[in-house]
Amino acid sequence: MVTLLNTVEDAAARAICSAHNDRPDELLEILHEVQAGTGYLSDEALRTIAFALNITRADIHGVVSFYHDYKRSPPARQTIKICRAEACQAVGANDLIAQAQKIFGVPLNAGGADIALEAAYCLGNCALGPAVMIDEQLYGRVSMKGLQKLSMKHFEGSKAKAVQTKELTSKESKS
Amino acid sequence: MSVKVYIPCDAAALSMGADDVAQAIAQQGGHDVQIIRNGSRGMLYLEPLVEIETVKGRMAYGPVGVDDVEDLFAADFLNGGDHVLGHGLTEQIPYFANQDRLTFARVGVIDPLNLKEYERHGGLSGLKKALKMTPDAIVETVLESGLRGRGGAGFPTGIKWKTALAQPDGQKYICANADEGDSGTFADRMLMEGDPFSLIEGMIIGGRAIGADTGYIYIRSEYPHAIKTMRRAVHIMENTGWLGDDIQGDGPDFHVIIRVGAGAYICGEESSMLESIEGKRGQVKVKPPIPAISGLFDKPTIVNNVLTLASVPFILSEGAQAYADYGQGRSKGTQPFQLAGDIQQGGLVEMAFGVSIDTLINDFGGGTYTGKAVKAVQIGGPLGGYMPPHTFKTTMGYESLAQAGGMIGHGGLVVYNEDTDMMSMARYAMEFCEIESCGKCTPCRVGSVRGKETLDKIAAGEDVAANLAVIEDLCDLMEGASLCAMGGLTPMPVRSAMQNFPDEFIGPDTKNTKQAAE
Repeated sequence: MVTLLNTVEDAAARAICSAHNDRPDELLEILHEVQAGTGYLSDEALRTIAFALNITRADIHGVVSFYHDYKRSPPARQTIKICRAEACQAVGANDLIAQAQKIFGVPLNAGGADIALEAAYCLGNCALGPAVMIDEQLYGRVSMKGLQKLSMKHFEGSKAKAVQTKELTSKESKS
Repeated sequence: MSVKVYIPCDAAALSMGADDVAQAIAQQGGHDVQIIRNGSRGMLYLEPLVEIETVKGRMAYGPVGVDDVEDLFAADFLNGGDHVLGHGLTEQIPYFANQDRLTFARVGVIDPLNLKEYERHGGLSGLKKALKMTPDAIVETVLESGLRGRGGAGFPTGIKWKTALAQPDGQKYICANADEGDSGTFADRMLMEGDPFSLIEGMIIGGRAIGADTGYIYIRSEYPHAIKTMRRAVHIMENTGWLGDDIQGDGPDFHVIIRVGAGAYICGEESSMLESIEGKRGQVKVKPPIPAISGLFDKPTIVNNVLTLASVPFILSEGAQAYADYGQGRSKGTQPFQLAGDIQQGGLVEMAFGVSIDTLINDFGGGTYTGKAVKAVQIGGPLGGYMPPHTFKTTMGYESLAQAGGMIGHGGLVVYNEDTDMMSMARYAMEFCEIESCGKCTPCRVGSVRGKETLDKIAAGEDVAANLAVIEDLCDLMEGASLCAMGGLTPMPVRSAMQNFPDEFIGPDTKNTKQAAE
C-alpha cells in the first residue's frame, strides 16, 4: 500500500499558492505573502509550496537563498534597515551604523531577539540621508538620537497593534 | 469655498513627517481646507513642502514641521500670508522654474491617483493618438525622437521596439524595469508615486507598438509606497477600461501585472529581471539572444526603464520633434537628474541633456549640506566613476560623460565632501559587487572578493606597488570578461578613485595621518 506524504504541512502557505493558481512563475509573490504572515519561511511552508507548485525543494531553496529579503528563521521583534549605499555613506551612514550596533548591542546583519539591524542598499531617499526603514516606513536625515526615538515609537505601535488584535479576536470569539 | 492644501505623499516627504503635518493641518478647527495628497515637486530639501492654492497660483511653504502648523495658520498662510517658511509661488522658485519638465510635468502637481486630473493635465492624449496609429508609425515616432534607454545603457528605444515588432505575431511582452537599485537615484520611485498613470500609458503605447498584450512592472521591494500606488493605479485603469480586454471598447487588449522584487540589486539587469519575473533566481543570462527576440518565457520582450516608458506619452502627444528639440548631439530630450549625498538642496532636476555637472550641484544643489568642500561626484550609481572638481564643466550627455571617463547611468549624482576616504569607497565598490553578484560568471563572483582583499592589503601597506598592479589586472579582467555590467563596470569607480586620487592609494601612511587628524 502506498502511503501518501503529508503535502499540506502549512495550510496558510497552501491557501496562498491556491490564490496564485499554483503557478510556479508566481513563486516570488507567494514567498512574499507567506513571509508577510509568519515573518519567515519555515521548512514546512517551503515543502508545502514545492508540492503545490510542482517544483523541487532544491529549486525553492535556490530562489530563497538568492534573494536578500527571504528569511529562514523567525525575525527579531523589530528590524531596522539602515541604508549603507553611497549617498547615505556620504552623509555619515557608516557612523550611524557603528553607533547603532553599540547602542542596540547587536551586530549588523546578525539577527537578534528584540532588535535586528540590517544593511539596506538604497532605500531611494538619497537626497535626505542617512535613511532608515522600520515596518515599511521610511525616515530621512536620521541621527542616532532620532533612531532611538523611532525604534521606541515603532515598538509602542506594535504593542498597540497587538492589543488591538487581541481585542478583536476576543470580540470575534464572543460573537 | 474650501482652500486646497497640497501635502505630498511621496516617500521622501513622508520620511520627513508629511503625514503628521497633514494630520496637524486637518485638525486645526475652524478652517475650511481640502487636503490633497500630491507627489513631490522634487525640491526634497523643502519637504514636507505644503502648497496652498490661491488666486495667484500655488504658494509654497517648507520644510513644514508639525510645530510650525499653528504658526502658519496664525500667519494666515491659507491666504498666502507671509511666513519665514514661505517661498512664494512654487512655480517661481528658481530650482523649479529653471527645469525642463517633460516626463515629470505632472509629478507634484496633481493627486497621483486622480485619473480625471491626469487627463486634464495632458494625460492619455499620447495614448489616444497611438491607438489611431499603425504600430510602424508609433515605432517610427519613437525612433525620430531620439529617445534612449534611461536605465543606464542608453540604447535607442526605437530600435529595441523595431526589433520586437519585426518578430512574428504571437505572445509578446513589455516589461517596465522599476528595480531602481542605484544609490543616488530615486526618479523612478518619484514618478511611480507621483504620476503612476504615465508609466502605464507608456506601457500601453509600447504594447500597441510591438503587439504585446501583457506588461509587467518589476518594482523593488525597498519601495513599498511605489508598489502600493502602482497597484492602485492599475486597478483604477482597469475599472475605467484603459486596461484589460478591448481598451476603451474597440482597442487592443492590454494587461498589467505588478511583480515585487526581493532585495537583489542584480535584478535591475534585464536578463536577470526576466528570470526573476519567471519566479527563478535572478541570474544573468548570456546574450544573444536579446530579449527583443527571446525574452520573458522565451517570447519577444521589450524591457524599458520606468523613465523611458514615461517619456513616451509626451513624444506621442507632442511629436518626436518636440522632444528632440531638447538635448545635445545624440543625447536627445531630457533627463531627470537626481542630486544626492552630501548636498544642500537635494532633489530631482529634470533638464535637457547638456547641463553641466557644476550647474547641477552648485547652482541647483547649492553645494554640500555639511558646508565642506566637494571632493568628488559619483555619477550613474555604484558602477559610475568618481568625477573630481576639475571635470565639473563636463556636460551631462551619454557621449560627453563617456569622454570624461564617466557614465550617465540613471542620472544620479552623489556628492562627497573633502573628508571622504577614496580608498574605502573603492573597497566598498568591490564589496558591493561581492554582496550583489549573481554568481554566474567568475570575474564578477571571485574578482570582487579578490579586489576587496587586495585593496585591504594596499591599505595595510603590503607590497603596495605590486598589489596596485594586481588591481589593474583584475579590473581589466572584470571589464573584459564579465557577463553583464555588474562585474564589467565595478572597475569604473575603483579605477576612477585610483586615477583621480592616487595619493590615497599609497599604503598606510595616508591612513595613519587621517586617523591622527580625527
